[in-house]
Amino acid sequence: MNRRDFLGMALGGVAAVGAGATLVAMKGAWDPLPSVISAGFTTVDLSGMAEGEFKTVEWRGKPVYVLKKTAAMKKCEDRDVVVGNADYSLGIQICTHLGCIPSYDKGEMKFKCACHGGEFDACGKNTFGPPPTPMEIPPFRIDGEKLVLGEEGPEYKKLSGKA
Amino acid sequence: MAQIKKAEGFIDWLDQRLAVKKFMQVMMTEYWIPKNINFLWAMGVVLIVLFAILFVSGIFLLMYYKPDVKLAFDSVNYTIMQEVKYGWLWRHLHAVAASAIFLVIYIHMFVAIYYGSYKQGREVIWIGGMLLFMTFSAEAFSGYMLPWGQMSYWAAAVITNLFGGIPVIGPELVVWIRGNFVVSDATLTRFFMLHVVLLPVVIMALIAFHFYTLRFPHVGNELGEEIDFDKEAEKYKAGNKKEAKVIPFWPMFLSKDIFVVCVFMVGFFYLTFFHFNFAMDPINFEPADSMKTPLHIYPEWYFLWSYEVLRGFFFSSDLGLIAFGIANGIFLFMPWLDRSPVVAPAHKRPMFMIWFWALIADLIVLTVYGKLPPTGVNAYIGFVASIAFLGLFAALPFITSIEAKKAGRAS
Repeated sequence: MNRRDFLGMALGGVAAVGAGATLVAMKGAWDPLPSVISAGFTTVDLSGMAEGEFKTVEWRGKPVYVLKKTAAMKKCEDRDVVVGNADYSLGIQICTHLGCIPSYDKGEMKFKCACHGGEFDACGKNTFGPPPTPMEIPPFRIDGEKLVLGEEGPEYKKLSGKA
Repeated sequence: MAQIKKAEGFIDWLDQRLAVKKFMQVMMTEYWIPKNINFLWAMGVVLIVLFAILFVSGIFLLMYYKPDVKLAFDSVNYTIMQEVKYGWLWRHLHAVAASAIFLVIYIHMFVAIYYGSYKQGREVIWIGGMLLFMTFSAEAFSGYMLPWGQMSYWAAAVITNLFGGIPVIGPELVVWIRGNFVVSDATLTRFFMLHVVLLPVVIMALIAFHFYTLRFPHVGNELGEEIDFDKEAEKYKAGNKKEAKVIPFWPMFLSKDIFVVCVFMVGFFYLTFFHFNFAMDPINFEPADSMKTPLHIYPEWYFLWSYEVLRGFFFSSDLGLIAFGIANGIFLFMPWLDRSPVVAPAHKRPMFMIWFWALIADLIVLTVYGKLPPTGVNAYIGFVASIAFLGLFAALPFITSIEAKKAGRAS
């Protein structure tokens, strides 16, 4: 190797390391802030819920519904979250068609979307209209009588078919 | 160093140091434009004027705009619109020019397709132009977010969500782009940066590149005629202006361009002062609310065709996303999809003529149905029109190959 090749390669090497480091910094600067990530977990206390009660909590800026099922309601083995002895239906209350928020009709026990007429049953499964898939289940971990949204517990992994 | 002599005047002083006379010759007075062109060749200069209007009106908006989710909506709708003197003028100019620039970009683009101005040495001009179109699309999208109304918010949510469809890295990529799990303050501020700094700089660099790529192959002409620019320029410079097939860019061509710009500006200012509402969606006058989706979300008119291709595959969001990606990239490959060496206007290329108008008709159908709710029969029309769009581009190489064979036989 002659002297000029060495200088050229040294310059190229240093520049490549610098460019790589710069990209890492640029990527990092666009990452969500630590405060944003730590705010990405929502705890829902289920202990006070009555049978048939429906409530909505905010998780990562999205509405998440929790419905405590009554004995009369249909069970959905593939979607129900069992906490204690009770069955709960849980999902991100966003229509899987175009992202509208369907509202829950307590009388008919189903979700109806005002945008394009999509319907979901109490389990969160699409039953009518344009929605292609059931409502998404957010990652959760069961902590006694509480649900921690944003963490992937064993029950969530089982439901989503990961375990 | 050059030989510096005592200057005969200010221009000469500059010329000795910066070669301004030579520069003017190369860029203006000896940059040759064919004579056989029409007003459609003035769209480039119209675009430059519109970009200048966007740039200037943007500067004035920038002085009162606040890129913060708590302040953005009021800084636009109260401070700029109510308090700043002529704030309404800058905003309406900016909104109308953004819409108008897309109209003229589309005209500019389809004139190039109609007259075959993307082939025979002009491929790089075409690519530069398409890169400009893509950057302008990003610029329009990022700017639309800034007033932080309901449409701003949900357009941002839907479009950033599209990246979630990318295999493997999709979901993480969406969070990375947004800087949060949802569209939020971090998202607004970074798109504000893109809109006012990075993308405008890229656009200006691309405009310079676009001009540069034009300088050597020169612009095409109405007949697809191959002109020997050096020979014609000699005729012109020898005083044989009548026989020469070319005129200089300055002052001859630009004076015609300026006339077209003036006519265009009459319509533009009419819209700005009397009919600006078409560029101001009423839903965007409600502040952004992440918990309430507007009943019907749609983009600005210039994105409707590609939005409809996205929605057209209503039964599969993955197929829709793939089709959307193809729709946005396919025009780049125009010079290679057109297999025919014939450079001529579409009306001299029978099969290409049908293809061209079928494409325009399909884009109009896509645009109309892109605005309508995707329910009932609309969904199927959207699907057929999306398939037709992809089909037209798949058919183009075959159509033009047949033309190329015929042309080969004829000569």
